[in-house]
Amino acid sequence: MLTLKSVQSGYGRAPVLKGISLHVRPGEVVTLIGANGAGKTTALSTISGLLPARKGAIEFAGQDLTRMRPERIVTLGLALVPEGRRVFRTLSVTANLELGAFYRQDKKQVRRDLEELRARFPILKERARQAAGTLSGGEQQILAIGRALMARPKLLMLDEPSMGLAPQMVTRVYDILRDLKKSGTTILLVEQNARAALKVADRGYVLETGRIILDGAAAELQEDPEVQRAYLGKGYREVWE
Amino acid sequence: MTAYLLHLAVLSGIYVILAVSLNLIIGYAGQVSLGHAAFFGIGGYTSALVSLHFGFPFPLAVLSALVVAGTCGLGLGLPTLRLKEDYLAIVTLGFGVIVDLVFLNLEITGGPDGLVNIPLPRLGGVVFRPQGLYIVLVLLTLLLILGLTYSLVRSYHGRALRAIRDHETTAQVMGINTPAYKIMIFTLAAAVAGVAGSLYAHYITFINPESFGLHTSILLLCMVVLGGMGSIAGSVVGAVILAVLPEMLRQFKDYQDLLYGALLVGLLILRPQGLMGRGKLSLKFITKKE
Repeated sequence: MLTLKSVQSGYGRAPVLKGISLHVRPGEVVTLIGANGAGKTTALSTISGLLPARKGAIEFAGQDLTRMRPERIVTLGLALVPEGRRVFRTLSVTANLELGAFYRQDKKQVRRDLEELRARFPILKERARQAAGTLSGGEQQILAIGRALMARPKLLMLDEPSMGLAPQMVTRVYDILRDLKKSGTTILLVEQNARAALKVADRGYVLETGRIILDGAAAELQEDPEVQRAYLGKGYREVWE
Repeated sequence: MTAYLLHLAVLSGIYVILAVSLNLIIGYAGQVSLGHAAFFGIGGYTSALVSLHFGFPFPLAVLSALVVAGTCGLGLGLPTLRLKEDYLAIVTLGFGVIVDLVFLNLEITGGPDGLVNIPLPRLGGVVFRPQGLYIVLVLLTLLLILGLTYSLVRSYHGRALRAIRDHETTAQVMGINTPAYKIMIFTLAAAVAGVAGSLYAHYITFINPESFGLHTSILLLCMVVLGGMGSIAGSVVGAVILAVLPEMLRQFKDYQDLLYGALLVGLLILRPQGLMGRGKLSLKFITKKE
């Protein structure tokens, strides 16, 4: 469904991604784990078209994304839950959700989707008229996920959904991801919290300073001594930002 | 006395139009323009010139002002608004100064003397005189513009604009064509300022570059900030206060700027969101976003 072939990208002259290849198949949950500064966010920004790919190819649903503008890419069914949630702070919760469906023409279906989403996440109904900036971090994360779902994505990309959340909120967010997985949503999950990500994912890639150094089934990666040492093992501690 | 009050009302009306249009750029699209008076001037001069040289009737003169000011806005917005950083503040500041110099030095604009004998507006057999019906003309235009602005900011597009102000990159990922929206709103605001220029020129019937300089741009910015960014009603209030206040304080003219300064500093401390604004004032063209 999504295929990256030796993609290079970065900011200014500094290369961040030094040629990464990965793929996501329909119905899969794939995680991209790595430490701070490995290039995880850069990878998502490049896929969404916010950063140009300098070299390599990005293909999604049979279309070449490398030269496509971000506002076009979302119309192909690729939605992003950005790092740090990035809700529209001064807008109401409902307005945020409706903006998620900005590109969609089927307004009646959008209304139905909104009702469905509210039934699923009652907090989005309770806080409907409240400015999104007044929500707690966890609530904002749920809103950001809801907003992305309003685009009816074929592939949902999440950038560190556990970042800066209280432990019980991390559990809540990952429960949501598990539900989404169960309902067949294809997910590309970028995480620093490797432990949580590998638990929900089918497959994983390990990114280190711009290169993929390891990939495989999530269960295998969990058992891999290198991953255990670097991301799960003794020296591992959660990083709250 | 009534004539004087009427004069204040007309001027306030024109400033309200300007402040509301500037607020679209600042308060809704989150861009900073420091040269809004340039479009006001372009509109004023265009309208005066086409009336004086080609004998255009008033509606056509207003339309010319709208088109020329809007085109200038588009020309300025196209290269600058495609960038994410706040280059607009710098570019509009420069543009304001350049336009001011152009008015001052061109022969066709009458140089420092400006243009005189600009005809009063006529519609059918009715002449809109400063002491008479002019206020009706201003109020009708104002109501029309307020109506259009309100429906714009409450629409689907208005929401897209506010999303851009809150977080541009995220807005883009939602499928919002952010450069197109920013350019569209900037062009629209410039065109509206052009209309205000036309109303001003045909009211005063004599214009020179003095009315359209940096001082006016800053005054307009103050009106928006005072009223509250992102609040249309706030812009109305801010514009009326700052249009009327200088007249009230005529005898203290030398201390006027001091008072403005004190007013803005006081406001920033006591009510950073402006009198009626909801969002907080962030001087993000000085500091960095976020």
